[in-house]
Amino acid sequence: MSEANTSEMAAVSIRHLSKSFDDVEVLRDVELEVKTGEVVTIIGSSGSGKSTLLRCINWLEKPDRGSIHIAGQRIGVHEDGRPMPVRELAKVRAKTGMVFQGFNLWPHLNVLHNVTEAPIHVQGASKREAEERAMALLEKVGMVDKRDSYPNTLSGGQKQRVAIARALAMQPEVMLFDEPTSALDPELVGEVLAVIKDLSAEGYTMVMVTHEMAFARAVSDQVVFLEKGLIIERADPETFFTTPKTDRVRKFLENHDTPSPA
Amino acid sequence: MSNWEILWDERAQFWSGFLSTLEIFGLSIVGAFVIGCGLLYLLEESRKRLTIPLRIFIDAMRMLPFLILAYLLYYGLPSVGIRLDAWWSGVGALAVYHGAYFAEIFRGNRLTFPPGQIEAAKAHGFTKGKMFFRLLLPQIIMQTRQLLGNQLIYALKDTAFLVIITVSELTAAANSLSSTYFIPTEAFIVVIGFYWAISVTMEIIIKQCGRFSAKRGFDNV
Ligand SMILES: Nc1ncnc2c1ncn2[C@@H]1O[C@H](COP(=O)(O)OP(=O)(O)OP(=O)(O)O)[C@@H](O)[C@H]1O
Ligand SMILES: [Mg+2]
Repeated sequence: MSEANTSEMAAVSIRHLSKSFDDVEVLRDVELEVKTGEVVTIIGSSGSGKSTLLRCINWLEKPDRGSIHIAGQRIGVHEDGRPMPVRELAKVRAKTGMVFQGFNLWPHLNVLHNVTEAPIHVQGASKREAEERAMALLEKVGMVDKRDSYPNTLSGGQKQRVAIARALAMQPEVMLFDEPTSALDPELVGEVLAVIKDLSAEGYTMVMVTHEMAFARAVSDQVVFLEKGLIIERADPETFFTTPKTDRVRKFLENHDTPSPA
Repeated sequence: MSNWEILWDERAQFWSGFLSTLEIFGLSIVGAFVIGCGLLYLLEESRKRLTIPLRIFIDAMRMLPFLILAYLLYYGLPSVGIRLDAWWSGVGALAVYHGAYFAEIFRGNRLTFPPGQIEAAKAHGFTKGKMFFRLLLPQIIMQTRQLLGNQLIYALKDTAFLVIITVSELTAAANSLSSTYFIPTEAFIVVIGFYWAISVTMEIIIKQCGRFSAKRGFDNV
C-alpha cells in the first residue's frame, strides 16, 4: 500500500517505464518521482530518450510497460489494466501542461484566444472566467499588450511565452517543457528562461528537458541524466554539476561547459 | 419591336429563372460544403474499413461527368424505388458531386497540416471532435479559400446542366425564350450576364474573406 500512497503524494510518479520504437529500446525501466512544487531537469545527449520520456508522461507516446500517475491518477490505462477511454484520457492529460520546442500555437486564434481555447472548450470554463485567467497569465509572461495579435506576427520568444500561458491556463498539476528555448534565436532565449524561472519561484511543478546547463543548475531541485534510455545519474543540481559520479556525465558536462557562441 | 425589347418584356421569366438558379446553387453548395466537411471528418478515422470506401466514393464522383450523375438521380433512382422530382434530383446531384470535390480539396490540405498543432491540442485535453471543429476545420477552410472559390464557380456552371432534366432555371428560361421567339443570341447573352453577376459577386466575397485569413498569416490577398 505504501506504493499507492507515494503515487498519491507525488505530482508525477513514473514506475518501470519502458518504451521501444521498432525493436529499439528508447526508455528502459525508468523510475522518476516528481514532488509537488519540484523542478526536475532531464539532461542527456541527442537521442537518449528525453523527449520520449516527457511525451509518455502525458501519453502522447504510449509506453510499452510501466505506470505513470499524475497527482495520484493513473494515465492511459486503468489500474486493472483496462485501456482508458479517450475522453477520460483527455481529462487526465489536461492535468499536465506541455510546452513544445516548436511552440505549436494555433495560428487562426489570436493570443488571448489561444490561451482561452482549451479552458473554454475542454474544461467548460465560462468565457469571462477563462478570459480573466488568461489575462492574469498573459500579464505574468509579459504578453498582455499582444493579446489581440495573431501568432504569425510574434517573435519566437513571444510565441513561446504565449505557449507557456496557454499551458498554464489549464491549471495543470505539472508543466512539461521539451527544450523550450532550442528553436529560439540566442537573443530571445533569456526572456523565455526568465518566465520559467519565475514559475519555479512561484512553486509550479515542472519537468523540463533543456540544454541550458547554467539555467538547469539555477532552477532545478533534481537533475536526471538519461543515457540510451536509462537514468544513469540523478542528484541535486550542486552535486550533479560539481561532483558527477559517472565518467559519462563528467564528459557530457565538459562538452557543455564550453561557452556557447552566444 | 427589337429582339432586346422582346426580352425586356419577358424579363419576368429571366428573373424567375435567375431566382431559381440562385436557390438551387445556394442550397446545393451548402449541401456540398456539409458533405465535404463530413467526409473529411470521417476520413480522420484511421480505420481502413471506413477510409477505403470513402476514398473510392470521392474518386468515383470526381471521375464522373456531372450530367451523368444528374441523369442517374433523376432517371435511375426511381428503379430502386426512390422518386425525386427534377428539382431535388438536381440539387442532390450538385451537392453530392461538389461535396466530393470539396472533400478532396480539404483532404489535400489536411495532409500538410502541422502535426505539432494536433499534439498541442491533445496535450491540452482536446478530443477528436472538438479538435476537428475548433482547430482543424477552420484552418483548412481558411487555407483552401481560393480553391473552394473556384469550385463554387464550377458548381454554378453545373447548375445549367439541370435544364436537361427539366429543371426550370436560368438556362431553361433562355432556352424557352430563344425557341419561342427565335432569338438565341440575345437570350443567351442575357443569361451570360446573369451568370457573370453571380460569379463576380462570389469572387468579391471570397476576396473579402481573404483579408480574414491573411491577418492570420494564411495567405496573401
Ligand atoms: N516516433 C518515433 N518512431 C521511431 N523512432 C523514434 C520515434 N520518436 C523517437 N524515436 C527514436 O527514439 C530515440 C529517442 O528519441 P527522443 O526524441 O526521445 O530523444 P531526445 O533525447 O529527445 O533527443 P533530442 O535531444 O535530439 O531531442 C531516438 O533514437 C529516436 O530516433
Ligand atoms: Mg527531444
